Amino acid sequence: MNVLKKYIDKIKPNFEKGGKFEKLHSVFEGFESFLFVPNTTSKKYGAHIHDAIDSKRTMTAVIIGLVPALLFGMYNVGHQHFIAIGETVNLWQTFAFGLLSVLPIMVVSYVVGLGIEFIFAQIKGHEIQEGFLVTGFLIPLIVPVDTPLWMIAIATAFAVIFAKEVFGGTGMNIFNVAIVTRVFLFFAYPTAMSGDTVWVRTKSALGYAGGEQINGFTGATPLGQIGTAEGTMAQITDTLGNPIGFWDGFLGLIPGSIGETSTLAILLGAVVLLITGVASWKTMFSVFAGGAFMGFIFNLSGFNAVANFPWYMHLVFGGFAFGAVFMATDPVTSARTETGKWIYGFLVGIIAILIRVLNPGYPEGMMLSILLMNAFAPLIDFYVVDANIKRRMKRAQLNK
Amino acid sequence: MGKLLSEKTKKVFLGPLNKNNPITVQVLGICSALAVTAELKPALVMGISVTIIVAFSNVIISLLRNTIPNSIRIIVQLVVVAALVTVVSEILKAFAYDVSVQLSVYIGLIITNCILMGRLEAFAMANKPWASFIDGLGNGFGYAWILVVIAFFRELFGSGSLFGFPIIPEKLYEWGYINNGLMILPPMALILVACIIWIQRSRNKELQEK
Repeated sequence: MNVLKKYIDKIKPNFEKGGKFEKLHSVFEGFESFLFVPNTTSKKYGAHIHDAIDSKRTMTAVIIGLVPALLFGMYNVGHQHFIAIGETVNLWQTFAFGLLSVLPIMVVSYVVGLGIEFIFAQIKGHEIQEGFLVTGFLIPLIVPVDTPLWMIAIATAFAVIFAKEVFGGTGMNIFNVAIVTRVFLFFAYPTAMSGDTVWVRTKSALGYAGGEQINGFTGATPLGQIGTAEGTMAQITDTLGNPIGFWDGFLGLIPGSIGETSTLAILLGAVVLLITGVASWKTMFSVFAGGAFMGFIFNLSGFNAVANFPWYMHLVFGGFAFGAVFMATDPVTSARTETGKWIYGFLVGIIAILIRVLNPGYPEGMMLSILLMNAFAPLIDFYVVDANIKRRMKRAQLNK
Repeated sequence: MGKLLSEKTKKVFLGPLNKNNPITVQVLGICSALAVTAELKPALVMGISVTIIVAFSNVIISLLRNTIPNSIRIIVQLVVVAALVTVVSEILKAFAYDVSVQLSVYIGLIITNCILMGRLEAFAMANKPWASFIDGLGNGFGYAWILVVIAFFRELFGSGSLFGFPIIPEKLYEWGYINNGLMILPPMALILVACIIWIQRSRNKELQEK
């Protein structure tokens, strides 16, 4: 590590004003602060806030939290693939297929996103901001495995430019950038983002494995199945037609977007986020509470198959858990006041289930619900702060 | 022509095309810019219709400007605009029926287009007919070119065609290219307007708000 530090210090003058590579200074700074803690944290004494955690550390915590979901997602991609082509292989082959399928998506997402970030940093003369580290990691986890790479590139570019840079970059965005990417894909290329053929890859991954789909295989996601079911009761099944229940959704060996299927892996990530204090347990808990509440109400009415889907099942199937843990808690786009977090989370949960049940066109409601609430988060905060001011004003006048 | 287009008239004509554009600078007429720009043909027809209506209503109001009582001027303006809109709408129905079906209510809604009332109030009520005519043309073209640019990108990327003719080669679709469905939806028109505003303001620093 010391060698690296010395080398970086040695080449540093080249990138400062007047140096040979002055034009690349933001790139250099980006790499430097990626490798080392910036030496501008405040001292550990004095009356100021002196938490040594900077936004880079925060981002790293989220990345660590996402690793279980990513690894499980990769395994599941392979698992579904080999079921679909009817082959039995060992764990490592399964995982290798998933790795080869997911890695290109991740590379594209990072190259495009960071490329734009570097260009903007250069134009504006800013430092490169770390925000894309997490976004680039989230994007591969929330798309179907068969999404063409060029679509991911376009969607990422769109989201980074229009959801982030035009608002002023990391920390200034109103909407969650990863969700904007997903929404762009969903509305721009609906055929590649829904239906029953996109969730399980049957073709090869970079030349590895691949084959013909076996008879009796259906790649519809559980939420897709009940969304299109006729009548008011529906049994969800796995890809081979065997009925599945709560624990299958919790474990996550089912078709779906890459990182969203396993509630277990997501909860492991949630533990990391909560221990490091990056995400708020209030938001997380209230999203689940809101979803359960709304699901329960629909269970009582039960007018279609989705409304009859038990409330606890809503929480483990689809992107609900992933959205609740990693998306709704995004510190930039969610509500910031403590009371606001309860309201915000609860409404995210409620609206997600509302969309699932009432709109047959969208079997999954989580992304739209979070995006909608992103827009309202500042309003919620405003009224929470306002109410607090009024309350204290009243008290002050009583004492007079 | 030298006398017809004096320095001042030239400015009246060219201003709305760029630095005083009704859509990107005054932010008027956005609604129709979102509604009719999914394809190039209706956008072009809409642009021409608005140009004609603005230009002629400007002339008529300018001719009448000294005789209109101030208290009822809005009503008089509306009557003039409504008459012209009806004429244009009837002509479209007679000679370009499918486009008029595509444009549906938006031709009728030109009456409520803010650009029209804006020009009548701000320019025609205080200027001579010729200058008003040029001003109407300028604003109409200023509106039309934005519409055409937006419609160009929306139709090209949303439907893969221009004026209804397929532009994107079949080969590309075979390789897995898919038209961008978001381009057909109105939000994308708003984002494209924003892009034009972005480019325009980064080139003309004086347009940037502090």
